[in-house]
Amino acid sequence: MRQTRVVITFHGTTEAMAWENACQANGLPGRLIPLPVQISAECGLAWLISPEQKDEVLQRARQLRLHYQNVVELT
Amino acid sequence: MIYLDQAATSYPKPPQVVEAMVEALQSAGNSGRGGHHLSLEASRIAFRARMELATFFGAENPSCIAFTANATESLNLALFGVLHPGDHVITTELEHNSVLRPIYILEEQGVEVSILPADPQGNVDFSAQLPKHLRPNTRAVVVTHASNVTGNLVDMDLVGEFCREHGLALIVDAAQTAGFYPYQLEDSPIDILCFTGHKGLCGPQGVGGVYVRPGFAVRPLKVGGSGIMTFSQAHPDQMPEALEAGTLNLPGIAGLMAGVKYVNSLGLEEIRQRELELTHYFYSEVTKIPGVRVYGDFSTKLRCPIVALNVEGFESSLLSQLLAEEYGIYTRAGGHCAPLMHGALGTGEMGALRFSFSHLNTREELDTALGALRALVLGKGEDDL
Repeated sequence: MRQTRVVITFHGTTEAMAWENACQANGLPGRLIPLPVQISAECGLAWLISPEQKDEVLQRARQLRLHYQNVVELT
Repeated sequence: MIYLDQAATSYPKPPQVVEAMVEALQSAGNSGRGGHHLSLEASRIAFRARMELATFFGAENPSCIAFTANATESLNLALFGVLHPGDHVITTELEHNSVLRPIYILEEQGVEVSILPADPQGNVDFSAQLPKHLRPNTRAVVVTHASNVTGNLVDMDLVGEFCREHGLALIVDAAQTAGFYPYQLEDSPIDILCFTGHKGLCGPQGVGGVYVRPGFAVRPLKVGGSGIMTFSQAHPDQMPEALEAGTLNLPGIAGLMAGVKYVNSLGLEEIRQRELELTHYFYSEVTKIPGVRVYGDFSTKLRCPIVALNVEGFESSLLSQLLAEEYGIYTRAGGHCAPLMHGALGTGEMGALRFSFSHLNTREELDTALGALRALVLGKGEDDL
């Protein structure tokens, strides 16, 4: 069975790049992937993390004032 | 060869600019067009360049910066994107055709236009002229920060204060000042700053950009592929994608980023002081040559590194040609795409011979150019040339 994945979507490429840049600078987990086809979002890039990493990443994102469009769990 | 045409494009380019462009060609795909390594690398280069420029210009965030081909595209984008029929716009005789020609088209479309006159020294009396031309439907003031003919700087604090007071958009042509004059856009009254990458920023030709204040709406000049919102009929309206339809000039952007880093590594203040020192030295020496008339206001220390002149009895184009052919000294003669400026200076028929400098020029080069000009002027009359 496929593991549950969490993807964070973005409004645009620049927003996704700002996210990646901040995550890498702050040691946060995850990586950019092409937007999974089952998700609708404005940007074709998404940030992939595991469900266990979700709370930590989103909390730090708020502190860092990072913008994103949505958070989606894929099973 | 002595290159004194830095206001046209800076030369030579720093080696790191060339290296960055080659590396981008070898390592990057298409920015914002996929999630594979090459595409992501291109997006990262574009983002890092945005960050570099946003920091350099003191902008609120990297999304305020959209890439364009040059200052002309940025100005077209700003003017056609902000002004509508029925609006009134104020501009000046200092402007380059990259401002004037879009404005003439807009005028045909129903935009009202006021062009503030310049005096024979190339200055505009903004304190007196702006209130005189203000109308209820005035939407924007578009003005160059420095004339590309005289090098005179515009007092942007004064113009900006007027714009803020009256709720006008302020659109600035920074073609000659980006990489020379320090900006802190977040705290400034400038709503849109149009710049090119290949002059003071030391980048390659074919890349420039536009700063747009967050929340300030600009209708795109072109729409199409953006890498986002594929299934929407409408082009995205968020910055910077809103103003960047089509594939970005990634090698150019990489080169521009390297250029900005180079400028930062030397220090903008140091560059400016060096260029001003060369400019004032050249001015003081060239005015000693009989028959030379320099245009512009040299009473203020701070100005762009440009000295435009004519020599009595000589065509500017002929002098420029002879300097190039006989001495290997490159200058620019003619109208410099600024017809109204030349009209105000009284050089509408003949244009002028423009010398422009960068921090890479030396006093020895200027002495050689001065010697050559002196020899041409004193050694033989135009009939002998």
